[in-house]
Amino acid sequence: MGFGNDHDSRITKHDKEEKQMAKLLIDADTCTGCESCLPSCPFGALSMKEGIAVVDEKCNFCGACVDACPVNAITVEKEEKAVTIDTSTYKDVWVFIEHEQEKVSSVSFELLGEGRKLADALGCKLCGMLFGKGVDGFIKEAIAYGAEKLYVTESPLLEPYRTDPFASAAVNFIRKYKPEIVLFGATTQGRDFAGTVATTIECGLTADCTGLDIDPETKYLKQTHPACGGNIMATILDYPNYRPQMSTVRPKVFPMPARDDSRKGEVIREPLPMTEDQVRTKILEFIKGTETVNLADAEVIVSGGRGVGGPEGFKPIRELAEVLGAAVGASRAAVDSGWIPYEHQVGQTGRTVRPKIYIACGISGSIQHQAGMKTSDIIVAINKDPEAPIFKIATYGVVGDLFTIVPMLKEEFKKRLGR
Amino acid sequence: MKIAVCIKQVPDTTDVKIDPKTNTLIREGVASITNPFDEYAVEEALLIKEKHGGEVHVISMGPPQAIDVLKNALAVGADKVYLVSDRAFAGADTLATAYTLAKTIESIGGADLVICGKQAIDGDTAQVGPGIATRLRIPQLTYVSKVREIDIEKKRVVVERMLENGREVVESSLPALITVVKDINEPRLPSLLGIKKAAKAQIPTLTAKDINVDENRIGLKGSPTWVMRVFSPEARGGVGEILKGEVTEVVPLLVNKLMESKFIK
Repeated sequence: MGFGNDHDSRITKHDKEEKQMAKLLIDADTCTGCESCLPSCPFGALSMKEGIAVVDEKCNFCGACVDACPVNAITVEKEEKAVTIDTSTYKDVWVFIEHEQEKVSSVSFELLGEGRKLADALGCKLCGMLFGKGVDGFIKEAIAYGAEKLYVTESPLLEPYRTDPFASAAVNFIRKYKPEIVLFGATTQGRDFAGTVATTIECGLTADCTGLDIDPETKYLKQTHPACGGNIMATILDYPNYRPQMSTVRPKVFPMPARDDSRKGEVIREPLPMTEDQVRTKILEFIKGTETVNLADAEVIVSGGRGVGGPEGFKPIRELAEVLGAAVGASRAAVDSGWIPYEHQVGQTGRTVRPKIYIACGISGSIQHQAGMKTSDIIVAINKDPEAPIFKIATYGVVGDLFTIVPMLKEEFKKRLGR
Repeated sequence: MKIAVCIKQVPDTTDVKIDPKTNTLIREGVASITNPFDEYAVEEALLIKEKHGGEVHVISMGPPQAIDVLKNALAVGADKVYLVSDRAFAGADTLATAYTLAKTIESIGGADLVICGKQAIDGDTAQVGPGIATRLRIPQLTYVSKVREIDIEKKRVVVERMLENGREVVESSLPALITVVKDINEPRLPSLLGIKKAAKAQIPTLTAKDINVDENRIGLKGSPTWVMRVFSPEARGGVGEILKGEVTEVVPLLVNKLMESKFIK
């Protein structure tokens, strides 16, 4: 059903006559009909038929039911894929150093911190991949945050970011120097670009990871990512006949590593194997957002929902956000009512955010809204309705009228912060 | 102007609830819907067709029941729809899925513009759009919030892309692939006549043989990644605290707690 890594196995029929790469077998003699396996299946592929568990075409061979079965009646058979490449020629952990508007994105530093751990577990080097025009300052910063080696391409074509020249520069380095792992930030830039690179190289790519680990035995990269709006977590591995292993990683999941400006690093440069007439897109204009703090970077977000009642209801929300240096978010209900532009929408059909503090004002907290914000460190819920689902995930809840509470919060913070 | 739109059938998460005992999804009775972002993709294709003329071809890769989402596309006005379904496609990850969809687009004669939703709400990868563009060797424009201009004669398109901190106006040559966000339009509802027409329509199914694929690049065989484990996310630590009392007490108490977190600077 496309949860894991968008694996689409809905079309599989469990049919022994068919030649398939994988099979899920339930031994009808061993199955006791206890139903323990039913809730374990994230794809809803198991059901009971005449007192025995049966599997249907939604099966994705993930094996969740194998562990859930108390009598070991379920097995997954997978045909081993032949290893056709020499994986030992692929070395080192690479991090794509993303920058936008003269600044390295903080997710790149977070990835250097996490990449360090992976490189140590593999006993290899941590490297950076950096493209742009006049990036000497960024090279220094990447080294200070832990990159031992930097692969750099500089060209006027690489500022600002465009898919074609960036993919060309990355593919050139990856083909030549063969990294074992490549990590990108799961930002608009990282997600635009990583998909192109992975398709060109024909390697695996796991989206929006929140956990990375090296399997101690095989030394393969275990990539954990949330799917289905965060209701399911899936750990993904790459078959050893595809390298490098690539992931995009969600910002703000890993901590910033310590900066050490005394670190030294090697720089390897390659020219861009592309000319302007080969680039198929041209940036005509950049319209900067009107907000001073954007949702992706914000440490604190103050959000309004249906309870704010209208466009003017966002006034107290904005005022509190201003005092806190916070970004302004909104629920789908508020955006669809036309009270605030779509850029502010948090949730399944809006943005996914992960601030330190998320203050939800007049937001009931539907599962779709939660999908966009429930991994925030602290969630504050302010809502009139004590039964609102938001209170179930809130760290602190206040039952009451937001139009009373939010302005009082603003005044109290103003006092404490001396603003 | 021939426009191809790729859509996916996904479970409707409005219906998804978590079993408080087992902490797993209760999927019983969960309806299947068109991926919400893909509805904007279909609508944008229809709007472009209305303005510039042409045809809208909608493709969905999935099991036989995915014809439901294709019927919806027909009901709102798609000219042609195709179900891409074959057991050989089972277990496809984003690389194999993008390859299969790209081969499908080629086999229906290509397109001047390919439109996808930004991402599917179940897999949440946003990788298939860029994958299709790369396979078709056409430029990609992701996170599009507005199609500003299409010039069929000069084969160019100008769009606005929604980035973290603003909007980028980009020009691209055609053919191209765009992925769209919710802001781009408001999907129409099907007409009664459309629903009637769709109900009667025979939906063609394209199999691996029909789209001329390399069997090493499809399904589980053509997928570099595999799911090792699926599990429920950790519940948020501890039960939340409801601050009770008069607002004059509750507000300073809440401010204390948030100041203690050191996250407010």
